[in-house]
Amino acid sequence: MTTEAADSTDAVGTVAPAADPGFLQRHGGTIEYVLIPGAALVGALAVFGIFVAMFGKNPLDLYFYMYYGAFGTWFSWQNTLTRAAPLILTALCTALPAQLGMVIIGGEGALLIGALSATSAALALQGMPPLIVQVAMVCAGVIGGGLWIMLAGGLRQYRGVNETISSLLLVYIALAILNHLVEGLMRDPASLNKPSTREIGAANMIGSIPGTDVHWGLVFGLIAAIASYILIYHTVFGFAARVAGGNIRAAKIVGLGVDKLILTVCFLAGGAAGLAGMVEVAAVQGRTNANLAAGYGFTGILVAFLARQNPLAIIPVAILLGGISASGGLLQRRLGLPDASVLVLQGIIFVFVLASDALYGRIGFLKGKS
Amino acid sequence: MADGSIGLWTVPLAVLGGAIRVSTPFLFVSLGECITERAGRINLGLEGTLVMGAMSAYGISYLTGSPWLGVLAAGITGALLGALHAGICSLPRVNDVAVGIALMLFGTGLAFYLGKPLIEPTAPRLPAIDFGWWSDIPQVQAALRINVLFLIGVALAPILYWAFRTTRWGLLIRTAGESADAARAMGHSVLLIRLRATMAGGFLAGIGGSFLSLFYPGSWNEGLSSGQGITAVALVIFARWDPLLCLWASLAFGGAAALGPALQSVGVTSGYHLFNAAPYILTLAIMIITCSPKRTLTGAPAELSITR
Repeated sequence: MTTEAADSTDAVGTVAPAADPGFLQRHGGTIEYVLIPGAALVGALAVFGIFVAMFGKNPLDLYFYMYYGAFGTWFSWQNTLTRAAPLILTALCTALPAQLGMVIIGGEGALLIGALSATSAALALQGMPPLIVQVAMVCAGVIGGGLWIMLAGGLRQYRGVNETISSLLLVYIALAILNHLVEGLMRDPASLNKPSTREIGAANMIGSIPGTDVHWGLVFGLIAAIASYILIYHTVFGFAARVAGGNIRAAKIVGLGVDKLILTVCFLAGGAAGLAGMVEVAAVQGRTNANLAAGYGFTGILVAFLARQNPLAIIPVAILLGGISASGGLLQRRLGLPDASVLVLQGIIFVFVLASDALYGRIGFLKGKS
Repeated sequence: MADGSIGLWTVPLAVLGGAIRVSTPFLFVSLGECITERAGRINLGLEGTLVMGAMSAYGISYLTGSPWLGVLAAGITGALLGALHAGICSLPRVNDVAVGIALMLFGTGLAFYLGKPLIEPTAPRLPAIDFGWWSDIPQVQAALRINVLFLIGVALAPILYWAFRTTRWGLLIRTAGESADAARAMGHSVLLIRLRATMAGGFLAGIGGSFLSLFYPGSWNEGLSSGQGITAVALVIFARWDPLLCLWASLAFGGAAALGPALQSVGVTSGYHLFNAAPYILTLAIMIITCSPKRTLTGAPAELSITR
């Protein structure tokens, strides 16, 4: 991940200025969007290196194992991509409402409800052809997660309840519902130590992309991200959403149905996170239990902010963050760092990325000399 | 024996005891957030501050043998996290809600990282005062074993109420929260006032965390706080930024949170998880009832980003 940032610096430093003096003026904005988050990432990695050095570990070892565990081998690449899949989807849960100026941080809750709905659908349709079961699981996951976040959007629009707080409260409520059902109504009597629902059945699992161990959830994520990008930047609906996000009063004056916009966008956002829950059930866990609350929803918030809420940028950022979490196991085994070190690094990156917001438009050589 | 004779009275008694015990972290976090928000800034990171406070209090109490030093360490940790929040927010174009989310994740992660070696050992805990000596019933005695921190919190609420109304500092904080321009015109630095208010808020939230690890539940583990910090932040909103209302709301929340364990103790185990979610459901319900899309909330500081 250090290399990526270094590449972008090279691109700016060597290629751009000599070839065409107007280049920076025209592309300064785009370069900023790569350069500033990249610099924030490098800064965060440096601080994290100092942090582990205080515990007597060699930071260079740290960087090497992080790279090796994330992108060093084909095996680690597959591990990284498998983790990136739900991150793309949960990041959309924050990035889509952000177009409307809303800060939704409840992706984890929508993921859990999506997983629960998808599992219920699969268990209800046992014996049907796998394709029908899988399609039903996708629909159930999207609708379950979508309604969950739509609730937060509706509360904000009709009752003025702050959506950031309500969506986070809904995470804890979702977790309670999941635990309640998994330990009661939906419990598989055979699951003793770890209460779980019954398995959805091996035939109904969505399996891996041929030739890899990466499951089809990655493709779901890529499609969802690209579709979101087209929706936001190349359709009238997306334009209306961005108008409402920029100036809600103007949107109302020109007659946009702001209520409908907010509810639809929140439904799509929650649907993406619900799909992540479905993928985790149908490709990884095979059933619903408390393991699903693995924090993908919270890391997704970071992915969305690091990608500056741009659905296309979410894809590489999710792979990067998936890589960091994939390398966690190796850091634990080789360096003896606790598993929470990934959380610390994510926190530091988040802080640096937000602080770097202050830099936009202030980097001298990108402003051009005029 | 007393156990059998009081029967179902166990539940209201346990809820009362719980209201006193469980409410303390809610009380400290909400009073802290009240100071910060009155100065015109929202700190959603207090969830992380709470967990960091719990961890550092437990660690210091274990290392020094003095739980009160642990409480102090938790407060200082909280103040430092508050300073970090205020520092980043004082940069131009940085959104305080987003910084709060970042610090929530950062504080929790850091506490889990540094707290790994603290899960095993037992640290000295805070003492309690027995107010139930007059009763023979063990449940009454248990309900009235009250921690000094709770009493400090209860005393702090009216003190803050008074301080906001009458002291110079209270007036400055409110000015910064209502109109940054007015504060600037008076020759005060808004950023400095907010820095101090956020640090004070973090200090109190850290102390709230120390109560979790040093009194009730009274140990350090990674599941110690699940959303108490963010619930307390929401609580400030429907307490209308009034410290006295924060006190009553915290007590109601403590009671709601104690409902699950209380019902479990009399044998009602179904729905345990749902009862545990009672504080969150209650928060959401009260927010739905008290908020309105048509007007800003009465008592809301005008500079606050979430109410504008």
